[in-house]
Amino acid sequence: MLFDDPVFASRLLTILTLSFHIIYATIGVGVPLMIMIAQWVGIKKNDMHYMLMARRWAKGFVVTVAVGVVTGTAIGLQLSLLWPNFMELAGNIIALPLFMEVFAFFFEAIFLGIYLYTWDRFDNPRKHLLLLIPVALGAGMSAVFITIVNAFMNAPAGFDIINGQLANANPIAAMFTAAMPTKVSHVLATAYMTVAFMLAAIAAFRLLKGSNHEYHKKALFMTMKIGLIFSIAAVLIGDLSGKYLAEYQAEKLAAAEWHFETEEAAPLILYGMLDENQEVNYALQIPFGLSILAHGYPNAEVIGLDQFPVEEQPPLIIHYYFDLMVTIGMFMLALSLIYWIGIKRRWSFVKAAWYRWLIVLGGPLSFLGIEAGWWMAEVGRYPWILRGIMTIEEAATTSDYVGVMFILFVGLYFILGVGTVVVLRRMFKNDPIEKVLAKQQGGDSE
Amino acid sequence: MSLEVLGISVLWLFLFGYVIVGSIDYGAGFFNAQSIITGKQHILSKIIQRYLSPVWEVTNVFFVFFFVGIVGFFPQSAYYFGTILLIPGSIALILLAIRGSYYAFESYGTRGHKGYAFMYGASGLLIPASLSIVLTISEGGFVSIVNDNPVLDYAALFTSPLTWSIVALSIVAVLYISAVFLTWYAYKTGDTKATDLMRKYALGWAVPLIITASGIVYELSSHNEAHFERIMDLWWMFGLSFILWFATVWLIWKRRNYGTAFWLLVGQFALAFFAYGVSHYPYLLYPHLTIYEGFTNTAMAISLVFVFILGLALLIPSLYLLLRLFLFDKKYVQGIKNKKE
Repeated sequence: MLFDDPVFASRLLTILTLSFHIIYATIGVGVPLMIMIAQWVGIKKNDMHYMLMARRWAKGFVVTVAVGVVTGTAIGLQLSLLWPNFMELAGNIIALPLFMEVFAFFFEAIFLGIYLYTWDRFDNPRKHLLLLIPVALGAGMSAVFITIVNAFMNAPAGFDIINGQLANANPIAAMFTAAMPTKVSHVLATAYMTVAFMLAAIAAFRLLKGSNHEYHKKALFMTMKIGLIFSIAAVLIGDLSGKYLAEYQAEKLAAAEWHFETEEAAPLILYGMLDENQEVNYALQIPFGLSILAHGYPNAEVIGLDQFPVEEQPPLIIHYYFDLMVTIGMFMLALSLIYWIGIKRRWSFVKAAWYRWLIVLGGPLSFLGIEAGWWMAEVGRYPWILRGIMTIEEAATTSDYVGVMFILFVGLYFILGVGTVVVLRRMFKNDPIEKVLAKQQGGDSE
Repeated sequence: MSLEVLGISVLWLFLFGYVIVGSIDYGAGFFNAQSIITGKQHILSKIIQRYLSPVWEVTNVFFVFFFVGIVGFFPQSAYYFGTILLIPGSIALILLAIRGSYYAFESYGTRGHKGYAFMYGASGLLIPASLSIVLTISEGGFVSIVNDNPVLDYAALFTSPLTWSIVALSIVAVLYISAVFLTWYAYKTGDTKATDLMRKYALGWAVPLIITASGIVYELSSHNEAHFERIMDLWWMFGLSFILWFATVWLIWKRRNYGTAFWLLVGQFALAFFAYGVSHYPYLLYPHLTIYEGFTNTAMAISLVFVFILGLALLIPSLYLLLRLFLFDKKYVQGIKNKKE
């Protein structure tokens, strides 16, 4: 059977859990900040619409955060269940940020509980807003700590291996690895960007579906503006990530760019196909592009895959993941920039139906970008689980039945995914903004 | 105190926290489902949702804290337990997911499906059962090392009376802890009907608790003699625990001081839980792994303890705020809304 190999089955189950969890994790990191901004603007402008925005986003967030807790618990435990040898090693060096992550989440969960159930319990709305600070901070710090662990897997540091034994462990040095600054900031920026575009997509969709309410227009403009800011940040940090890879993980960059021979003035290859001789066909080539991405000047020498033994070369498919991520990132940057200028200059096409459909499409596309980015990061580390130290093969469990567990989890995630969509739809379909506002004008807040 | 002992004490303390808050949560789910089936839903559901919805995520963190912490302090336990627990661990995860999604989909969304409520209730009994298997395995006798890898003997595990007596205790304990707590909570809401119902459940599960607990000690006497001897050396802790149990039952029987009764129960379980933990020392997994062999390096241990203290400094005030708002706030508990104006 396909799943007889525990290594292969463990990889499949991990990619399944991560791909599913990252959707909820991204929402979990990004939404608290958006709620905070909306509520803050609402208090400042004394505008009921923004307050309601915060409240409605929070209402939907409760559902996704619960599923995120569940899938986060799953990946946390699966790390030990599927990769026991890795966790034994990792426990010795990188347990600290994992431990900190639990605290950060603990902190977030407590204040989220308080925030959600105290909408009407404070006389001063500013006090209620204060409760969001630990929520957004806890969410952001959770992402920081977990990404630190991932950075460590890519660029292990803070220990020595002497005669096959671990020695001189330095937990702090293990946290501040070469990969850490670009990875952490990229994860944060893209999470905020993606969530902003997700909320923009919802607002645009409502506007397309007949509601012409001021509320949705305000939401759309605000989220597109936030999305624009963070997509600029994401692109700038992405460029730095390229430079990090060139310096420390050249094989990953080379595989992602189909850069086989070490050379100067390397072009950037976009899209295309490989034939059986590993020749690139139908690709778009940007002259000097790769040299600029890798080192910042056009004639720089970029290390190719020829410098690495065949068994240490990452799979070439990550090229497509890379292209997908970059294309979506650029597309969203352009879409939000044109929208923003368009609103300022009163270009009418940004309010046209076709443009709003593009914004709607941007929501799922941004999530696809996140997925592609993680696939590239994780598959691109192959064959290593801890680069240069431990391979995936060595790390995996030896126990049987991983394949059966894979099937069980497919079923579970299917139910969770469908459930999320159904519940969220029901929650807002029966309670459109017009109805809520009408009720509020009646003088009573629920 | 050595770092090893400090580490395991911290983890054991958090596991104890999980046993208490988790039991309240799991038992409540079961009583909720039971009340739907027996048509007494109106009595219980409201109370259960007022208390459980705001705090279940916090409950879950106790569990995550334990399994992340044990890998940090005792990395080798990841290797041993990670390999052998694939199936029970995955099943527990799926059950936890069903539970979490119930909170997400049912209580926040529109009121729903009976079948879901039933699954939610059943998961409340199955999760403690599947998690308690870990304790059974740690007693030794079910794990052998084949080709350098630990392998779990499922047949031996599932035919051992020890397994089933631990499963029985875990389920009964969940129901008892939960019933005592909910008696108190219902009493605070001023709901006499619910108080009476929960009081009846609490009294009903009190005696089975002692029977199942004694059953385990009896089974251990033949399964793991060394451990049994050490338990006998700590007879006074179990004795004190029994006295506290008696005091709880007496107060509930007399219908007075439900709050004190609950805190006595916490004391009873703390004594028994720590007595069990101390008697298990120094083994994490009989006879393969002790806390000394499996311990992490000193640098990591010190930084974990440091972070732990910092974390507690942050968490304890926050937890206090949470409890004050949801558990000890009279108006909230009784369901009176404070309006803005």
